[in-house]
Amino acid sequence: MESKNNWKAWLYLAPVIILLAVFTFYPIINSFYVSFLKDYNYLTGAHKGFTFDNYLLVLTPFKKSGPGSMFEEVMQTALPNTLLLTVITVPISIVLSLLIALGLNSIKVLKKFFQTVFFMPYVTNAIAIGMVFSVVFASDYGVFNNIFGLHNVSWIIPSEIVTGDKVNYWRALFAICFYIVWHSLPYKILIFLGGLQNIDAQYYDAAKIDSAPKWKVALKITVPLLSPQILYMMITSFIGAFKEYNSVIGLFGKTGGTFDKTTGPRSMRTMVFFIYDMVAQNKVHYASAASIFLFIIIMLFTLVQSKVSKRRVHY
Amino acid sequence: MKAKKVDYKYAADTSGYVLALSGSDSSTETKQRLSKAGHIVSLIITYALLAIAGLVIVFPFYWMIITSLKSGEEIQQTIQTFYPHFIRWENYTEALTRLDFVTLLRNTLIVGIISTIGTVITTILAAYAFARLQFKGRDLVFAFLLGSMMIPGEMMVISNYISVSRLGWTQGGNYVGNFAAMIVPFWVSIFYIYLLRQNFKQIPNELYLAAKVDGKSDWEFLWKVMVPLAMPTLTTIFILKLMGAWNSYVWPNLIASGHKEIFLITNGLRETFSSVERIDDYGAQMAATVIVTVPLLLLFVFFRKYIMRGVGRAGIKG
Repeated sequence: MESKNNWKAWLYLAPVIILLAVFTFYPIINSFYVSFLKDYNYLTGAHKGFTFDNYLLVLTPFKKSGPGSMFEEVMQTALPNTLLLTVITVPISIVLSLLIALGLNSIKVLKKFFQTVFFMPYVTNAIAIGMVFSVVFASDYGVFNNIFGLHNVSWIIPSEIVTGDKVNYWRALFAICFYIVWHSLPYKILIFLGGLQNIDAQYYDAAKIDSAPKWKVALKITVPLLSPQILYMMITSFIGAFKEYNSVIGLFGKTGGTFDKTTGPRSMRTMVFFIYDMVAQNKVHYASAASIFLFIIIMLFTLVQSKVSKRRVHY
Repeated sequence: MKAKKVDYKYAADTSGYVLALSGSDSSTETKQRLSKAGHIVSLIITYALLAIAGLVIVFPFYWMIITSLKSGEEIQQTIQTFYPHFIRWENYTEALTRLDFVTLLRNTLIVGIISTIGTVITTILAAYAFARLQFKGRDLVFAFLLGSMMIPGEMMVISNYISVSRLGWTQGGNYVGNFAAMIVPFWVSIFYIYLLRQNFKQIPNELYLAAKVDGKSDWEFLWKVMVPLAMPTLTTIFILKLMGAWNSYVWPNLIASGHKEIFLITNGLRETFSSVERIDDYGAQMAATVIVTVPLLLLFVFFRKYIMRGVGRAGIKG
């Protein structure tokens, strides 16, 4: 009876296990393998032996061979861009979404309405809305410039009126961070609001009796009790920010933008952008090395974060 | 603890009452009045800040729609107009033809529907096995699957691209192969298995035993009892998965690169309107983004509860 049930259960699981084996587990192992192959031809499987060069090339700050070499890109563009996007958008979006969730939690009238409004960016197409943002931030007739009384200031695409105009890197960074935060708020608000609604009212009653001021209640009661959600949100948004890709494509197009190189990196290409670019150029061995590099960074960040916050998180 | 709480309340009430009666010192009363006023002020500030934040959230949608109806000349005014003075519907017909919308819609629906149906089937079977059936190593396998969700998808994309290329699924003209490449790898989702398993576990064991007494097999019980009872969760999975297909860009972009006839909607949108556009083209471009966005917002309007519940579930595990 037991054994009969056993094979039956595996039959139910068979489709999932087969699909995962082919499209998830095998690829993970294969990516490691491919990342050590020299001049790998992915269609024929031919290669010229094993090497660490793929990692070295991906990690080389300045490659001497030829100008605009793709190997400078990770260290000079992709990694700095990715780190900046992460460091800027994660804290801002967490603080903003926490404030909005606290606000939503303290009102009754129109609560449902506001909740729906704040969730709207979640149900959008990242590329489509990215294109909308690039029109909002347009240099010549953009409404952002218009509202703030700026003229022909270029954020994403160079002005067509000002001759020889180039986009300043830091302005482009502002525009994309604005977009990423806008796009990532709904999910965080939803999770935080769910957490807030689970907090026992008893804690607030106690605070009311002690007539503690509102900001103190938020800081001393709400935030500590919400710490599991905050930690979860920090880890997942760090991972998400490290893998930023669609926002770059939506805002800057398939090239990843071209900026004035004196002000910073030349484009807004991120780590994942580099990886997919390598795949599209049929250099899958470099793409594999870069993806494993990315994986290691993400793992380290996640470990450090959960270690550091272990003492601070209240369960 | 409880007694103390009541005590405080009582003390506060009576002192306020007594003091108010005596009239010699009304500081407590004014304090209460002040706190009431403070409450109203903070409520007004809260609403104001929420309204401002809400405006920033809504504005891109508003601007998209407004711009999609403007003529080229109106877009190029030095001072932007916040509603179109002259509505130009031609932007939409232009966007539809330039996108080749019918082809994009057909491709996206084929990929979306087939991959969704496949995912729902594999999810139901696996969630049932994990929730109801007894077998050796069940919890271990489940933990292993959840753990594998941590690995970044980029690593799999690269190898999967190699696999499907070797099968010839990325070659132009091989429509069956192209669609298979966009569908088959996405027939499984560990997160949805997790979601449905939680739902299946809530269904009382008595139902299962009763079905057994009636001589129903596990298979019949699954499809006749479990699946109908889990319909809300299945609806959530269906909607989220469809939206995922509508928004997918990376993988189809690799598979369909250079073959316009198998583009999905998002690829078509990005490919048709490159970022460096003539400004007077913004009208058609925004019309195209409206066309891509509106179906999503419609799904949201009709299935708001299902979508928000499914998305919110991710954060509750802890």
